[in-house]
Amino acid sequence: MSIELLDIHKGFGPKEVLKGFTLSIRDGETLSVIGGSGTGKSVALKHIVGLLRPDAGEVWVDGQNVNQLEQEELYQLRRKVGYVFQFAALFDSMTIEDNVAMGLRRVLGLTESTIKERVADCLHLVDLDGYGVRYPSELSGGQRKRAGFARAIATEPKYLLYDEPTTGLDPVTTTVIDQLIVRMAEQLGVTGLVITHDMTSAFRVSDRVAMLYDGQIRFDGTPDELRATTDPIVKGFIEGRPDLMESAS
Amino acid sequence: MLSILRPVAALGRFVLATVASVGRAGYLARDAAHAVKKVSLWGPHLLPQMMRVGVESVPVALFIATFTGVVLALQASYTFTGAMPLYLVGTLVGKTMLLELGPVLTGLALSGRVGANIAAEIGTMRVTEQIDALETLAYDPVAYLVVPRVVAGAIMFPIIVVLADALGIAAGWVTAQALLDMSSFEFVKGLQFLFDPFDLQFSIIKSISFGLTVTSLGCFFGFHTTGGAAGVGRATTQTVVVSSMVILLLDAFWGVILL
Repeated sequence: MSIELLDIHKGFGPKEVLKGFTLSIRDGETLSVIGGSGTGKSVALKHIVGLLRPDAGEVWVDGQNVNQLEQEELYQLRRKVGYVFQFAALFDSMTIEDNVAMGLRRVLGLTESTIKERVADCLHLVDLDGYGVRYPSELSGGQRKRAGFARAIATEPKYLLYDEPTTGLDPVTTTVIDQLIVRMAEQLGVTGLVITHDMTSAFRVSDRVAMLYDGQIRFDGTPDELRATTDPIVKGFIEGRPDLMESAS
Repeated sequence: MLSILRPVAALGRFVLATVASVGRAGYLARDAAHAVKKVSLWGPHLLPQMMRVGVESVPVALFIATFTGVVLALQASYTFTGAMPLYLVGTLVGKTMLLELGPVLTGLALSGRVGANIAAEIGTMRVTEQIDALETLAYDPVAYLVVPRVVAGAIMFPIIVVLADALGIAAGWVTAQALLDMSSFEFVKGLQFLFDPFDLQFSIIKSISFGLTVTSLGCFFGFHTTGGAAGVGRATTQTVVVSSMVILLLDAFWGVILL
């Protein structure tokens, strides 16, 4: 297993968001975590790169226990992980080029011309050629998401974490992003964890899908198994039928 | 809950929140002390921050110092006329600008201009996940954001205060000549009377502590911002209020320790 979250408990004040959350992601697979808004999907994701620490439980990435790493070791681990934020989280005081180059500038031994080439390649990959000199405020929401994607893949990470990568995008851009996620897995062997509640995307990009419900994993299986599930909570969610969920809960 | 217990509960919450804030400030100070070693991260940002914290603050500081010098000269003349020699106007303007009004008024003004600016900028980065993004890109956000601002404050505040001291005294001198029928000789004689070079050192020591205070608190409140735009507003307000209070406390502290 390349990423493992074991019996994670996490609360904010009196509210416990994760209540024994356990999930494993195998090398090279793309796993989507689905679930309603506010169920703690992004909270779980942030534990993987040490942005949040669990109240109890363990997080293992690449054979390392994230919560026992010293700060410098944690930064070393983060160089292997790309993180696509829900709202892109671009640095608004920098151009798109500089945003994409940020991670590359932390990689020792890269010359400025190599960085520029890599930035251009990444922007081309997300169809943002010519947008490098613009600032985030000059881009649309979809373009900002794609720029955030370019920044995450610039360092060619081993793992990619996507926090609702397609939320708020038009169907065409959603398809472009989905294709990029699939391409990262198929061509580069990247292990991907996608947080989403866009079921079309989840079925399109995933090797496996897990559903987070009430702080725990309620379902874990292939997209075909998900389609065939009889669990009313899971079925109600993927079919958008609150009546099914309410009758079961 | 019984209504009589509500104030006690509120007091308890306030004490817990204050203790938690002190703890967070301690952690940030510890992280900043470690981050100082990472010169490659904060070094390139020092000059731009010195420009923003220092050079761009000069007009505000000089505006305040000029009118403080004018008013000091006028009020000293009003107080001394008929009771004391008028050259003491120079003494009062010089001593007051160096020991008190130069550093304190500049510090208070810059807590609004610099402290609020830092809190708003870092607070916005926090609520838009830009600080999280820095971390995922293997940047130490304390080294990248906090250290250059605090170092710039410690370097630039004394420079601004020395300029403000000088301009305040010059404004008093011009006022004395133009409005009070004093000669330059009289004003300068008063300025030299009771002058001690330590007065300037005192001004500089105070201003360094004010620079550290304003920038550190701006970073602290910005770094711990929660709750979107309203949270950013709260962080900026807290920075200005707490910085102003700490500046006045430090003002008294240095008076007790050094005078």
